[in-house]
Order: sequence, then structure tokens, then C-alpha cells
Amino acid sequence: MAVDMSMNVLIVDDYKTMLRILRNLLRQLNFVNIEDATDGTMALNVLRQTDIGLIISDWNMEPMTGIQLLREVRSDDNLKHIPFVMITAESKTENVIAAKEAGVSNYIVKPFNAETLKTKLTSVLGEF
Amino acid sequence: MSANHAIDSQLDKRLDEIRTGVSETVSVDDIKEVVESIMGSMQGELTATDIQLYLELESLASFIDAAKSDIAALRPDEVTDDYIPTATDELDAIVDATAEATNRIMDYAEIIEGVCDDVSPEVADKLMEATTNIFEACGFQDITGQRITKVVNALKEIDDKVNRLVDAFGSEIDRYKAAMPQEEPEENKKITDEDLLGGPQLQEKAQSQEEIDALLASFD
Repeated sequence: MAVDMSMNVLIVDDYKTMLRILRNLLRQLNFVNIEDATDGTMALNVLRQTDIGLIISDWNMEPMTGIQLLREVRSDDNLKHIPFVMITAESKTENVIAAKEAGVSNYIVKPFNAETLKTKLTSVLGEF
Repeated sequence: MSANHAIDSQLDKRLDEIRTGVSETVSVDDIKEVVESIMGSMQGELTATDIQLYLELESLASFIDAAKSDIAALRPDEVTDDYIPTATDELDAIVDATAEATNRIMDYAEIIEGVCDDVSPEVADKLMEATTNIFEACGFQDITGQRITKVVNALKEIDDKVNRLVDAFGSEIDRYKAAMPQEEPEENKKITDEDLLGGPQLQEKAQSQEEIDALLASFD
């Protein structure tokens, strides 16, 4: 099934610069509807008000971290189907294991490039 | 009750007060007080062992005094009052400056990207590739920001520990500061070449070009 490029993509990061970078890279990949949030709590509010098709989240945020957001999403019947990609500088094995156990769809280590972003999103959503 | 028992009882009481009055640390002044109290209680006929103990305690009291002076001379209060706040302010300024620069770079990358619709597909592809690379490279700001935040948190830990040291040695530091003032009064202080090497000023303290122009003009 073709990827719906008009789906709402939620990007979550406490660094506004990173939100802007992600927004630009996603736009270059032809995603047109991009929402953003600066921490997990704000992201949950967006998720409960908007039909989101993909979540791309940082890990290290306050007060709710990316892994806490992931757990919240996976434990919510209305949200648990949404693909969740973690983009983070946390690259320790235990982080990756914890994210996998919490149900992450894919994991991108910062710094990353557009090609890696596209490859990982393709593996989660299918060819686009 | 004998005199010795009365002294023991007073000492026990003071030790109990110290035990219940502090959670983790005992102030140096308290230790000194207890040692002096033990020494003061050693009255009457002394045995050789008593004298030996007395000398050891006296030496301990001298050691504590010397240690207090040495630590006060290091002026740990300067670390918490000046050095650490300055360091964290400078680090915060780095994060702000890199964020501002990164956003400006992206402003112009977005303008270049916007031109893609007005040029041939070959040129548009090249422009798009260039702007993608610029966006990727801008990711440095996020990584450096996170690293600097870790350093700031480490400095806060150090600040907390040095603050405890300052609390424990507060009175001794005050005595040292009074006896050995480091800074000359501002009006008497001669500015050295080293004083003029402060590096970039923090934005809120920095003078604008207009202010510097006005200052220079004031000499005319």
C-alpha cells in the first residue's frame, strides 16, 4: 500500500533547531503535514487532538522523556498502532533495548543524515 | 556524682546534640569544641597514658586548626560565588549563540530551497542536495547543546558540594577574608593587561557598537 504523504507527522524535540531541521528534511522527503511538540506531555496532547500517522521523537526531554511518551502511546488503545521512531543521541545498548522493549518502530542515532532518515522511515512505512 | 562524671555527662550531652543536630556532616567547629572539652576535662593527677592522650588530642586540635586555615585560604566561596556562575553563564551563551547562528543558516538555506521552482530541474536538484546537506550539518547545534547541558549539570554538582564545604568552614573563611583581603578597593585597583583579556562579553553585559562609538567620541 502506498504511503499517504499527506498524513500528519508529529515531531517531538526540546531543541527548536532540531524541530526545524526535521521539518525541513521531512518536507524534502515530500511529507506536507508536520506537527511539532517540545516534550512528551505536549506531544500526548497533540496525539489526543489530531489524527497522527507517524511519531518521530527525541529521547532526552523534560518533564516527559521520549521513552515515557513511547510507553504512554503503546499503552493507549487509540494511539498504540502509530509508528514511533526514536531519534536520539542516546546510543547505548541498554537504551536501544529499552526502546525496543517499549515498542519502538525504529531508532535513529544523532547526528543523522537525510538518507538514514529516509531509509528508516521506509522500513517503518514502506516505500515512498 | 564526681566531677569527672559531671564532665562526662556534659560531653555526652554535647555529642548527642551534635548527633541529632546534623544529618551527614559534623562541622569542624563542633569537632574542635569536643576535643577541647575532652582536653579541658583532664584535670587532677595525670598518668603517663593521660599525658600521651592529652598530647595526641592537642596535636589533633592543632591539625584541625591548620586544616581549617588551609581550606579557608583556598577561598572555596569564590568557586560558588564567582567561577561556577561565570562558567555556566558562558556555556549558556554558547548554546544561545550557536542556536541563533544555526537558525540564520537555515533561514538562508530555506531561501535557496525556495528558488528551486524557478530554475531548471538539473539546477534544482543541485540546490536541493546542497540545502539537504546544510540542514543535516545544522544538527551539530543539538548535539553540542546536549553536551554543554551535561557540563552545566556537572558544574552544578560541584557547586553543591563546594557550597557544603563553604557552609562547614564559613566562619573560618570569613575570618580569613577579613585578615587577608584579596582585592584592592576598586578605586585603587590598577588595571593590568591580563585584566583586559576577558574574552567575549555575555550579550546582556556587552556594549553595542553604538555605545563604543559614543565612548570613543567622548574623548574627542
